[in-house]
Amino acid sequence: MADAALLHASKRLTLPDPLPLDSGQSLAPVEIAYETYGELNADKSNAILVCHALTGDQFLASNHPITGKPGWWVRMVGPGKPIDTSRFHVICANVIGSCMGSTGPASLAVDGAPHAMRFPVITIRDMVRGLVAMLDALGIGSLHAVVGGSMGGMQALSFASHWPTRTRAALVIASAARQSAQNIAFHEVGRQAIMADPAWENGDYYASGKGPEKGLAVARMAAHITYLSEQAMHEKFGRRLQDRPDGTRGAKTFGFDADFQVESYLRHQGLAFTDRFDANSYLYITRAMDYFDLAEEHGGKLAAAFAGTRTRFCLVSFDTDWLYPTAESRSVVHALNAAGAAVSFVELSAPFGHDSFLLDVPALDRVVTGFLGADR
Amino acid sequence: MTSSLRAPSGAGALRPDLAIIAANVAPGSRVLDVGCGDGDLMAALQRDRNADARGMELDSASVATCVSRGLSVIQGDADVDLADYPDHAFDYAILSQTLQTTRRPDLVLEHLLRIGRKAFVSFPNFAHWRVRLSLLWGGRMPVTRLLPVAWYETPNIHHVTVDDFRALVATRGIVLERAWFLNGDRETSAAAANFRAEHAVFLMSR
Repeated sequence: MADAALLHASKRLTLPDPLPLDSGQSLAPVEIAYETYGELNADKSNAILVCHALTGDQFLASNHPITGKPGWWVRMVGPGKPIDTSRFHVICANVIGSCMGSTGPASLAVDGAPHAMRFPVITIRDMVRGLVAMLDALGIGSLHAVVGGSMGGMQALSFASHWPTRTRAALVIASAARQSAQNIAFHEVGRQAIMADPAWENGDYYASGKGPEKGLAVARMAAHITYLSEQAMHEKFGRRLQDRPDGTRGAKTFGFDADFQVESYLRHQGLAFTDRFDANSYLYITRAMDYFDLAEEHGGKLAAAFAGTRTRFCLVSFDTDWLYPTAESRSVVHALNAAGAAVSFVELSAPFGHDSFLLDVPALDRVVTGFLGADR
Repeated sequence: MTSSLRAPSGAGALRPDLAIIAANVAPGSRVLDVGCGDGDLMAALQRDRNADARGMELDSASVATCVSRGLSVIQGDADVDLADYPDHAFDYAILSQTLQTTRRPDLVLEHLLRIGRKAFVSFPNFAHWRVRLSLLWGGRMPVTRLLPVAWYETPNIHHVTVDDFRALVATRGIVLERAWFLNGDRETSAAAANFRAEHAVFLMSR
């Protein structure tokens, strides 16, 4: 699976230096796989870095090489779209720790075997270090903007906080400056599902050709629930029953098949996920999110994370998102106000829960267009 | 917020009370516009006064409009979210046509003068003679050009008069630096303003 990703990554670079990590370890060699859309202008001033979410990847606006599906933000990124590739040079890179071509647990270590659990535990800031090193290698000094939703928003906040001169704007959607206890708890359920699968083999499953697919699928099923809203689930599935594979009408089986459509949907989501994602990557990336607390990195004061910043910020939350609720965005806004930063914030109404940032929300398009289009 | 006098967006089309405020903000100031609507005043201040303007607005559609105009605006409620701003973060805090919609106008006023070194407040005067006549002769809550919404659906929950406001300011030890009074779209004299002015703009400090 990881091999397929390597074959398809259209752009890759190897970082010239070892990457220092928050754990005190360093990672080398580090490869970063990325995609770009739109032309970089002569003075390299029109670059926008889009940071992907937990299970996202660099295939932002081009077809995914494994699933064949359109890019995950194709509705937002393209010529004439809110992130306008006829105006901006848009870069999206696979984060370290992931499995779509950038160095992660499935990558080969210097001894020729996969890192597996020898891969160092990384943080959101480590991911961003990798992205900044990539920008260095590409010769891009300062971004027009760094943009991200969910874990991508964490990276955007970390980027703007730790490398304030490297971006003129930061757009943070459906995200937070720290991972909540509830979200850590959901991640732990997912990790335990993976590690309880005998096929996990303490992470050394790469040679067997078959990883902990059942555990990874359960992890995805649990997580998927958190990405939706109760209302969205009710409207999509209600209590409707799933038709049988032989075409007979859905009925209660008085057994434990996927009687309900919502069960069938989750099972499908879980299974499809195992085709494109590495279980160890899921462990490492969820851990990085759990460790994220931007205030903690600044002596416990979130405002200190943004002291003296000249970056423009825009935060967006959604009223049905209970994974990264509006209060999380508000606490960032509070800190940015205390730091005197130029900040915009809006809670948009959308029915889709956390996934709203990926779906059809016209008001989000207006906000993104306006914020990125403004040159102040 | 209450936009009975809202002028269309664009240069030179500011609502009269906003035009007075815009003309009296010192160039290059840092300004917080509380209840900034679609950002007309902020845009004018940035364009004409080289101000560093920030806004707060309750309505998410208006916030989206502001952001799409390139303005820095946060969605928030004057009654709740002003507490999040540090002391003296701005040269001016502005509250136009919003005071009478807040739950605690006195606390909001205190916040304005904590956050800004100076504060502009504008509001429709409930003691204007037309309002008085409506109540005196009709015996009904007035519906006028500046108070266009019936009592049961108006956002104006704390009607206030020019003299009420002066009294509040006096009891809180706030310095009234300047006042402007409007009748229709025109400035009118301070004489008998509590009777003759439809609309008032005050500049205050501590």
